[in-house]
Amino acid sequence: MKTKLLCLAILWCGSTLFAQDYFPENDGVKSKNNNYTAFTNAKIYVTPTQVIDGGTLLIQNGKVKQVGKTVTLPKNTVVIDTKGHSIYPSFIDVYSKFGVEQTKRPSGGGRSQQYDAARQGFYWNDHIMPENAAIAKFKYDDKKAKELRDAGFGVVNSHIHDGIVRGTGVLVALNGSGDDSNRILDDTSAQYLSFTRSLIKRQAYPSSLMGSMALLRQMYADAKWYAAGNSDTKDRSLEALNKNKGLVQIFEAKDKGHALRADKIGDANGIQYAILGGGNEYERIADIKGTNAKFILPVNFPDAYDVSDPIAANYVNLKDMRKWNQAPANPKIMADNGVSFSFTLYDLKSPSKFKAKLMKAIKYGLPKTKALEALTTVPASILGKSGTIGSLQAGRQANFLITSGDIFDKNTTLYENWVQGHKNVINDKSQKDIRGTYDLSAGGMTYQMSITGEVSKPKIEIKQDTNKLKSKISYKNDWVALSFATDKGEKNYRMTGLVSNATDNLKGKLTLPNGNETTFSALKTAGQTADKKDAKKADNAPVVLATTFPNLAYGFKTQPKAETILFKNATVWTSEEEGILEKTDVLIKNGKIAKIGINLSAGNATVVDALGKHLTAGVIDEHTHIAALAINEGGHNSTAEVKMEDVVDNEDIDIYRQLAGGVTSAQLLHGSANPIGGRSAILKLKWGASPEDMIFTNSPKFIKFALGENVKQSNWGSGNRFPQTRMGVEQVFMNYFQRGKEYDIKKKSGQPFRYDEEMEVIAEILNGERFISCHSYVQSEINMMMKVAEHFNFRVNTFTHILEGYKVADKMAKHGVGAGTFSDWWAYKYEVNDAIPYNAAIMHKQGVTVAINSDDGEMARRLNQEAAKTIKYGGTSELEAWKMVTINPAKLLHIDNRVGSIKVGKDADVVLWSDHPLSIYAKAEKTIIEGTTYFDLEKDQQMRAAIKQERTQLINMMLKEKAGGGKTQGPKMSKKERMTCES
Amino acid sequence: MKKHTNLVLALLLSFGMTSWAQQTPADTQSEAITITGATAHIGDGTVVENCTIVFEDGKITALGTGESTKGLVIDASGKHVYPGFIAPVKELGLIEVNAVRASDDSDEIGEMIPHIRSLIAYNAESKVVESMRPNGVLMAQITPKGGRISGTSSIVQFDAWNWEDAAVKVDDGIHLSWPSSFRRGRWWLGEPRGLKPNKNYQKQVTEVETFLQNSIAYGKGTSKELNPAFAAMQGVFKGSQILYVYADGEKEIIDGITLAKNSGVKSVVLVGGYHAYKVTDFLKENEVPVLVQFTHNTPNFEDDDYDLPYKLPKLLSDAGLLVAIQNGEASNFQTRNLPFYAGQVVGQGLDKEKAVQMLTGNTAKILGIDATHGTLAVGKSATLFVSQGDALDMRTNQLTHAFIDGRSISLETHQTQLWKRYSEKYEGK
Repeated sequence: MKTKLLCLAILWCGSTLFAQDYFPENDGVKSKNNNYTAFTNAKIYVTPTQVIDGGTLLIQNGKVKQVGKTVTLPKNTVVIDTKGHSIYPSFIDVYSKFGVEQTKRPSGGGRSQQYDAARQGFYWNDHIMPENAAIAKFKYDDKKAKELRDAGFGVVNSHIHDGIVRGTGVLVALNGSGDDSNRILDDTSAQYLSFTRSLIKRQAYPSSLMGSMALLRQMYADAKWYAAGNSDTKDRSLEALNKNKGLVQIFEAKDKGHALRADKIGDANGIQYAILGGGNEYERIADIKGTNAKFILPVNFPDAYDVSDPIAANYVNLKDMRKWNQAPANPKIMADNGVSFSFTLYDLKSPSKFKAKLMKAIKYGLPKTKALEALTTVPASILGKSGTIGSLQAGRQANFLITSGDIFDKNTTLYENWVQGHKNVINDKSQKDIRGTYDLSAGGMTYQMSITGEVSKPKIEIKQDTNKLKSKISYKNDWVALSFATDKGEKNYRMTGLVSNATDNLKGKLTLPNGNETTFSALKTAGQTADKKDAKKADNAPVVLATTFPNLAYGFKTQPKAETILFKNATVWTSEEEGILEKTDVLIKNGKIAKIGINLSAGNATVVDALGKHLTAGVIDEHTHIAALAINEGGHNSTAEVKMEDVVDNEDIDIYRQLAGGVTSAQLLHGSANPIGGRSAILKLKWGASPEDMIFTNSPKFIKFALGENVKQSNWGSGNRFPQTRMGVEQVFMNYFQRGKEYDIKKKSGQPFRYDEEMEVIAEILNGERFISCHSYVQSEINMMMKVAEHFNFRVNTFTHILEGYKVADKMAKHGVGAGTFSDWWAYKYEVNDAIPYNAAIMHKQGVTVAINSDDGEMARRLNQEAAKTIKYGGTSELEAWKMVTINPAKLLHIDNRVGSIKVGKDADVVLWSDHPLSIYAKAEKTIIEGTTYFDLEKDQQMRAAIKQERTQLINMMLKEKAGGGKTQGPKMSKKERMTCES
Repeated sequence: MKKHTNLVLALLLSFGMTSWAQQTPADTQSEAITITGATAHIGDGTVVENCTIVFEDGKITALGTGESTKGLVIDASGKHVYPGFIAPVKELGLIEVNAVRASDDSDEIGEMIPHIRSLIAYNAESKVVESMRPNGVLMAQITPKGGRISGTSSIVQFDAWNWEDAAVKVDDGIHLSWPSSFRRGRWWLGEPRGLKPNKNYQKQVTEVETFLQNSIAYGKGTSKELNPAFAAMQGVFKGSQILYVYADGEKEIIDGITLAKNSGVKSVVLVGGYHAYKVTDFLKENEVPVLVQFTHNTPNFEDDDYDLPYKLPKLLSDAGLLVAIQNGEASNFQTRNLPFYAGQVVGQGLDKEKAVQMLTGNTAKILGIDATHGTLAVGKSATLFVSQGDALDMRTNQLTHAFIDGRSISLETHQTQLWKRYSEKYEGK
């Protein structure tokens, strides 16, 4: 009966409150409800920090009229007594998919690559869709709305989660009885961006993270250019982008590093994005704070891994175990650091999981006030809607929750979720709390009865003396029904009664086992007592393990610092004219090589006895693909606009492993998917440092070019991208350089020009400011590349791989190009048929500066051995062989003034070897960069022990979690892709 | 388009005919040869200084200090002699150029195809094969790859006119790639990269089990109808062939070996064995030797010791297992680095002669050819080489002579010829 009334009330409210004023009325006569509703005697959270005890909330026409300790109620007020209850602003989710039709990953594939845009009259790239409007794909979803309301949400902000620029979103109140005329709060609530290409658009570019970044940079430049009226044609994407400029801009980063990447693009274009986080922000909290961005945080903390099978448990990396342990503390750490954030349901399977996750964040130290802000005021402020939603100040929408108490308490019941002044019942708040212990009299016997659990879903236990009886309870619409059985379930007692507000005792009708009807009564002896188990659990504050730099196995507890070190009596391989110095001391200080000599005084230096050991400059790899999140932007045949510096991955374990092989510097090259690749990052392998700090200061500018089978896509691809032949490759270069030249002339002439990042880079090459490392194999193409460069009056800096360099070594020497080559690779594709391991030796003899490079995360660990192969193949001297992995690559990279040899004044990038460094038996014992020891054989042993200990600790914690009924996920191993040129 | 491809093929073929020819195989040994003054690495863990080695008709006839010389004398004072290194589980001669599909004969269609035989596809004139010889790698087990049971291997030597002449042991073993209990995420479908439990593992294991049971039943039957796959399996039950089980994980190793033994396979060898060091007791109990993965690898697990692949052969050897090194997962051309894979373990503290054993004596024992090959011993094949220095270190691995069955083979290759041609070009200027 009650329910029916409620329904009627809803209908009635609906037709009056929400009908649009100026619409004709044909189902009755116009009538308007201007009554007030007041909620009295409640604890009201007007905002998370403004709390009124015993206050009154007065609403009218879907809005808050007044809130305060004493509110004068107009006469036409419906008063609802909410004594003992709490009222909160309802929650807001900024990053929802609610009601908006989403794109789906198409099944199948295998169609030919698409390079051109599929649309006409829009931007040249299909993944840029600022013209998309979520409102056009919006359909209010009643079922989902109820789920969201049940979880406490009143307003959600939704958009099409697809593409790099995704267009505008829609802000919706979850008002099930209104219609779109009142629940759509904003149909262009914000504009959305990401680095992720559209699932359904097939245009190949961008195929990588760095491509997405370059595309965004170019797009912003184009939008400005377009706004200035420079375009002869119409571009509806750029027009939409310019139109959306005034909106809130929300960026889907989902990772700490991506957040920083996005923020940098924003900063360059005067935009402050709000950022969807990834839950790992704590790992780089200082930088995250530095973005000044507001964050939207998912709460999908990982479940513990099921590690009960010790073999399978081995597959779980320490990094991932730590994430389980540390991630729930992310919100606390964000709050501690003053980073403003909201919570989102994003990536949670169901809104019903939200509360448990939220409680976990609080258990891990997130203050409740911050939690409430993250659900109310912060999301409102992210959306620029603080004047409308997110609090219960006068004039705001009447979106609020009525609860039995502290909303962040496990045992609190959410009674009602009012949206736009409209009541939605989650749990009946008038339902009396009958939990407690009773003496139950039934059929002439007395039993002990205790009722526990939730108010609306109680549990029961009935005992006869110490015997537990099989019993059941149900409690709905103020009626309670009880039953129990004695004599091993043979004799059933069934009872039901109306719960009265007048007494705490229960009474009613009883049907005895024999079918006779009589009455029962239950005298309440005590109220509900706190669950002892819960209290005990709450006491156990979670143990959160320390993060390391980087936050995975072999990371440093604290970032290592430069030291003053004196190596005594080392065999010093200078890589300079001095050659090898026996029993020599080398002092490093302030990150530099301070002194080389005999019997140097130690002063305050740490002394390393290096007698019988070999000290060399750090190994330099001219060609690496480690420490990168992406290698190829293969979507175009030229991608000079992309930068490897954008995608440096400082958390790649290969960095540490290569330090263990004596490598200190490396050029992180773009891959070889296209004739003109991306710009390089020249790195020092400073394990534990940020990506920015790994990049050489004042780094020389480099770019990757490529020739041959890879750029022709001979061994893959669809055959529809130009070039397909070496003839075409030449023309790509001729065309780009000519265009770059023309671009540069136009730019320098002062005429208006369209900024083109790609052409800017080509012009740098032509102007001698940027150097080419050119992936190359056969002599014809090597010769061609030199001729193209000569035509445009510059020289190629380096041919990398250059396996037929020996055939044109004289021409290379004349051109002045260097070579970074493999020691002995061949036969892996057709163009390396004539590759010979004598290549390095021959080129060296002809006066070419030769380096041995890796292009391989494994080989790079043993570049000393690879250099030694030039002794076997071609009889290179040991001194010259050693230069091929130290000073020669330094020269090729134009960093030989800083690194590559042991010379006073140079960076203290040195390696201490256990044996002759070209010997297969040598081990790097210490690898030092700028005076800081990044690898130490002894410390490595200690770290192994620490890893074992920490894994054991985490495994025990996870086993305990599982035993305590916690959710687990199957063991998994996250794995990076090992990348080469062709990745 | 098609025309285009044909043209490329035609070009490839014509190119092949002219310059892909191998060094001409050496003539049969006609006179006795004596190597004197050498440091002889016997291949059984021992070394003989100032050693004299005499071989006649392809076989070693005398070995020791102070043996008298006979026939042609090679003074190897200060030099080192080793048995020819043996490369197990390789596709040498089955793949010439990885990226050229037409040159790849390594992987036939089918999951359980033991009847597929590598030998007849082995290209004795492969340029890649000849490039092995200047580094001391003189023999290999030529092995089909792919699928669950990839086929039957044969062991060859590297100086022959054709596969028939190259064969040392025909159809020596069957190769079973054991299922993995973890599988890679299908990232192209949006799954995370990395590994997750393989839900089909048990099903795949059962498939192997069923196949083995059927093979046994077939062997006992008298059916006149030939089942080539079941028929090809009979050798492993009779003991005339070895079953090579490729497995890396603890579970996989234990499951694979147990099933093979329970099925009555007489001789089982573990190939790969990344986690074999965790189950050494089990392997010892079952007397299973290991063809361990080569050392020039990165660790499979992020948390692993950086040098785990370097020291893995030592860990197994220290535990008392019979171990040899293979690089089955590497490109063919890499196999010439076999000596350096062994050198790498010496850097981890393994005795040098034990490291040599892992390329010679142990390998021959595991492959079942130790009666004739693998060590320097009287009566065994004179398949050996002379190096200027330590052959496990690239600085000193400089061959002056190499012999296969006593035949003095050329140490020239397509590559040395190009080296000389272009060196002369520049010197002539």
